[in-house]
Amino acid sequence: MSDSLTMVGRSLRLTMRTPDALLTSLLLPVMLMLLFVYLFGGAIQTGTRYVTYVVPGVLLLCASFGASTTAVTVSQDMTGGIIDRFRSMDVGGAAILAGHVTASMARNLAATVLVFGVAFLIGFRPSAGPLEWLAAGGVLLAFMLAISWLSAAIGLLARSPEAAGGFTFLMAFVPYPSSAFVPIDTMPTWLHGFAENQPVTPVIEALRGLLLGTPVGNSPWLALAWCGAILVASVALAGWLFRRRTA
Amino acid sequence: MTGELAVEATGLEKSYGSVRVLDGIDLRVERGSVFALLGPNGAGKTTTVRILATLIPPDAGQARVAGFDVVRDRRRVRRAISLTGQYAAVDELQTGAENLRMMARLAGLPGRRARQRARELLERFDLTDAGDRQVATWSGGMRRRLDLAASLVGEPAVIFLDEPTTGLDPRGRQAIWQVVGDLAESGVTIFLTTQYLEEADRLADRIAVIDGGRVVADGTATQLKQRVADQRLDLVLADAAAFADVAGLLGGRAVRRDPARLTIGVPTDGSAAQVRALLDEIDPDRRAVRTFAVHTATLDDVFLALTGRSAGQPEKEKETADV
Repeated sequence: MSDSLTMVGRSLRLTMRTPDALLTSLLLPVMLMLLFVYLFGGAIQTGTRYVTYVVPGVLLLCASFGASTTAVTVSQDMTGGIIDRFRSMDVGGAAILAGHVTASMARNLAATVLVFGVAFLIGFRPSAGPLEWLAAGGVLLAFMLAISWLSAAIGLLARSPEAAGGFTFLMAFVPYPSSAFVPIDTMPTWLHGFAENQPVTPVIEALRGLLLGTPVGNSPWLALAWCGAILVASVALAGWLFRRRTA
Repeated sequence: MTGELAVEATGLEKSYGSVRVLDGIDLRVERGSVFALLGPNGAGKTTTVRILATLIPPDAGQARVAGFDVVRDRRRVRRAISLTGQYAAVDELQTGAENLRMMARLAGLPGRRARQRARELLERFDLTDAGDRQVATWSGGMRRRLDLAASLVGEPAVIFLDEPTTGLDPRGRQAIWQVVGDLAESGVTIFLTTQYLEEADRLADRIAVIDGGRVVADGTATQLKQRVADQRLDLVLADAAAFADVAGLLGGRAVRRDPARLTIGVPTDGSAAQVRALLDEIDPDRRAVRTFAVHTATLDDVFLALTGRSAGQPEKEKETADV
């Protein structure tokens, strides 16, 4: 436990020492939101103000962008000399990865706060009460945690930090074919099956419903189930990969 | 386990795929001594260290470090050792002090003691002035010293140093030698690997020469050098005919033959008497030898003497395979 805290401190310090990367991962989601709202938004009919429609999607993009940093830093640790030092000091993989995942959560939260802040400035007006905010926060945290562990697993899977970055770049595309940016019924029919059933969609629907006070159906539970499944699978995969990489 | 041995390995084997990296390594290192594993690239030095430091299990054989089995008692071995690898195992983006504090916390020291230990180690390794700068701005030699300092935070009983001076300039190398010498005096056991005979000679009480995954010789530096002779007399011959004559005369005694430069190397102790006697023997008419030079024996010479081939060169069949 104390090892984990030490490793969390380390990962947070390393995050703060790469201000350029940090700034990019904070500003990119905001830039994308502005792009969607002011350039594409006018052409997209969603039945609400587009900024209100698109905020949940941008929040998930934040998590995907944050993921690439996590995968790269995990991969850097595994390919550099420091992993041997940690292991010879009997620091477990759990503590090392916990450090990375916690730093990833911290980066994601900072980006989320920034996105909400800018969204409010440009007209985002959710109607959620305190309970809905709490529930939305819970869903968002569950998604970030799942994505962070998935990225850590990808960092262990990749043979180099560059490859890890490439993997997660692909992951950043997954939110697009969902209801994050445009209603699914505007997409070609062959894409509906994927877009309606992929994990990002219930997360988006849950966030949007909770924030805008519209009916959410079972989407929050579906979202939590997806996040839980991804989390469990990623932690198991990360544990297995760590043991395999270090055997 | 006798209690006197810090490292005891028998029959260590390790293969990666079809490549046999270790082919039955036996080692015994006395507690409190400095032991050097000397060998060329690819001889199996790093694999041996990684097995002894519990990072990888051997395919066969046993090893005990600080009295504990490296496979069954992995955790207890880890608490008794430290490992410094070939690549500086420190965070470039943290300062020197932060790196040492982190390592001290991981070694189990509480916050205040960790800070104090970090300060002590920076002081001891002459890094205090740079301590609050990010390691990214440090020189290679400073990083290596920090790496060594980091390996000492937990006050280990056995310290593994994998090629501690490879890639350093002469000044950086001197500084590391100084540190290792000081450490040895403090009574810990040091197990180091090196490609440099001179380094093993300077630092180690005992040396094992490793090649192709086997220990081909071991003993004190003096014993090894008696087998190899610690100096080499290089003779530059007058012409190709003289080269052929002298090469024929010396036969297996020549440790170096370079027909292109008409040069032949013979082991010697470097004394004037022996050099004079050798020259008289080789060149009684004083015509064949044009110039000569006496060199300190290199790892190459040791290798040539022990294995019949040069250290930098892989075995013959591998050589053709590589081409």
